[in-house]
Amino acid sequence: MADETTTPRAPEGAAPSGGPGGPRGPRSGGPGGPGGPGGRKFFRRKKVCKFCTEKIDAIPYRDVRLLQGFVAERGKIVPRRLTGVCTTHQRRLTRAIKQARNIALLPFAARY
Amino acid sequence: MQRFYEVMFIVRPDTQDEDVDKLIAGFEATVTNGGGNIRSTEKLGRRKLAYLVRKFSEGNYILMTIDADGKLVAELERRLRVSEPVIKFITVRMDEEQKRIDKIKAIRATRKKLSAQPVAAPVEAPVEAPAEATPASA
Repeated sequence: MADETTTPRAPEGAAPSGGPGGPRGPRSGGPGGPGGPGGRKFFRRKKVCKFCTEKIDAIPYRDVRLLQGFVAERGKIVPRRLTGVCTTHQRRLTRAIKQARNIALLPFAARY
Repeated sequence: MQRFYEVMFIVRPDTQDEDVDKLIAGFEATVTNGGGNIRSTEKLGRRKLAYLVRKFSEGNYILMTIDADGKLVAELERRLRVSEPVIKFITVRMDEEQKRIDKIKAIRATRKKLSAQPVAAPVEAPVEAPAEATPASA
């Protein structure tokens, strides 16, 4: 249930990668979407890693605008199953976000 | 062992500009006296903090990139901790990251050359052709 509250936010956060079919993604299993079972009418675009496609090698903790896209409203790091970021980059992203939190560029928990 | 670090710190918003400059000069002096080297110092300006730090909701961000060894960084951090106007700081080691990026860039550069050559050749050819043609017509 907790998933359901965060999922609608993911496409917004992950800008181009999330795609319209985002929220349905986690439940359907495998990465290749369209030929799935059942009467599903959604065509789900395959999510791609933003950092791989745009060739961003460094993820600096100072770039708040970049990091903000991978942080949920309340300040949580968005899981890569929702954003489509690859493992390597998610690891670096996590580190950058944590460093940014440390120097008060990003909130640990946004006040409500 | 000289390494490349980024030191970012936040100065309280109520300090005067001259005091901030003095503070920066002081830290620069500690780095140079300790055998380190300052690559750059940058004032990132005032920014709203993401959460309250010592009851301040704003801060003056300053970024220093330095070459230093571990002992010097420890000393610098001690000074940052002690100095009253500094409300928060972070030191990040950048040399390994930089090495990795340089490597990627080098690999990418070699690849680009290969892909650029076939593209470059057809581009050059039409340029040469008119050049040859013009003397003939003239």
